[in-house]
Amino acid sequence: MSTTRRHFLRLTGGITAAGTIPIVTLRPLEATPTMLNTAIRDVVGEAQVHTGRVKLDIPPLVENGNTVPITVSVASPMTATDYVKSIHVFNEKNPQPNIGNFHLGPSSGRARVSTRIRLADTQKVVAIARLSDDTFWQVAADVVVTLAACTEEMN
Amino acid sequence: MAALINVPAKARRGDIIELRTLTSHIMETGFRHTADGKLVPRDIITSFICRYNGAEIFRADLFPAIAANPYLSFFTVARESGTFEFEWVGDNGYSSTASAVITVE
Amino acid sequence: MIPRMIPWRAIAIAALLAGAATALLAGDIPPEARRSGYTFMGLDTRAMQDDDTSNPGMLFVLDGEALWAKKFGSIGKACADCHGEARSSMKGVAARYPAFDKALGRPVTLDQRINLCRANHQQATPLPYESRDLLALSAFIAHQSRGAPITAGDDPQAKPFIAQGRALYMQRQGQLNLACTNCHDDNFDKRLAGAPITQGQPTGYPLYRLEWQTMGSLERRLRSCMTGVRAQAYDYGSPELVALALYLMSRARGLPMETPAVRP
Repeated sequence: MSTTRRHFLRLTGGITAAGTIPIVTLRPLEATPTMLNTAIRDVVGEAQVHTGRVKLDIPPLVENGNTVPITVSVASPMTATDYVKSIHVFNEKNPQPNIGNFHLGPSSGRARVSTRIRLADTQKVVAIARLSDDTFWQVAADVVVTLAACTEEMN
Repeated sequence: MAALINVPAKARRGDIIELRTLTSHIMETGFRHTADGKLVPRDIITSFICRYNGAEIFRADLFPAIAANPYLSFFTVARESGTFEFEWVGDNGYSSTASAVITVE
Repeated sequence: MIPRMIPWRAIAIAALLAGAATALLAGDIPPEARRSGYTFMGLDTRAMQDDDTSNPGMLFVLDGEALWAKKFGSIGKACADCHGEARSSMKGVAARYPAFDKALGRPVTLDQRINLCRANHQQATPLPYESRDLLALSAFIAHQSRGAPITAGDDPQAKPFIAQGRALYMQRQGQLNLACTNCHDDNFDKRLAGAPITQGQPTGYPLYRLEWQTMGSLERRLRSCMTGVRAQAYDYGSPELVALALYLMSRARGLPMETPAVRP
């Protein structure tokens, strides 16, 4: 066979068509692990970040990186003296490491936030929670982003 | 443009309730280029605030990695009857608001 | 070594297939095997479609509801002034589009019908293809048919246009030399670049595509498929694209409408 599968995929992946706004990304822009670490340090400062207490629900294999549902929940009684102050979500390989900061309080009742995010590539997503005692807790998840076939735009 | 707000109409005092919002916004990242090489300027919602009878109960800082038509779900304790106010603020002076009423028994 | 198939058995299988598919043309998917693109999606994307308060397509339906009641054009008429309550007047309507227009002597899409209404009854300018307002109106109208079985193409006058659409569907095109049927009849349930190949049943248009990060029409989807096989895509509203849309809707006969669907 003259047209191999790899060749076919390269062809379909390389199409730039006139959509509503023809858009191409000129070069791969990626946040580096250094940028990820810096973004995390901007939030946690010099504090130690413990592993645990935080749960990150994200599909391990996402159908389209443009809209990935995520839910972050933290094991906390959410009382006036023991609650989650904030939840911070980061990524490793988007052009920018920050995804969102979510500020909660004792009146939240439950430390759980859901949203939809963009993931430019297969990568690691990190969620960090700051508790009322100013300790930090984290969890990381690896997400595989599949590429859509027959796309209008090159991403 | 529309926003979709999902707040229970009724709750018992002390119930933990979920609030869900979905709002129309392109969330242009500022990292994309047009076919002729021009950078498409960033146009995103940068912050979201929810107030319950005037008091802030939830706030979010959003970045370009938030998907178009931002969706947010979060929780609060139903304390008293009243109004939830939602406010989205973004680039280019963007601002939109919505509200929902709850009866707490 | 692969044993060669005994000729009589091959003939028997061929006869069985022919017997089971008398009303179907070669390559067609029998009615009971027709599946919405929904069934090919992951649970997260299904959940997004299922819950109206988390389905981003509903934002467009809401905008369309406002446009339905808004007065347009030089005579200041709203859709609602003629059609009244869309919940009853538009129920099942989108399920039979594209529909044959007697005055024009050809089928028109729901988008074209909206613009014909604007021109003839509202004296308003046409809404551009894929504009937010046109997608919002068509989403609102098609949403009134959610759950209704697709009946497009039942009109006998539509038959020659269905045949034209089917011929286009079967025709190899583009630099990759692929026909729609090569993927969507012969290879559905397999994967292309990590994504499942569906049957191409247009049950939920206009729909919210995660890849587009917005709502889009069936014509937009068809055009991106054509670009995918590196063919020159037909223009929006062209007779070819309308015929293809009509054939696909008639091919999905009986499947329930899902507008606004969500797809990856």
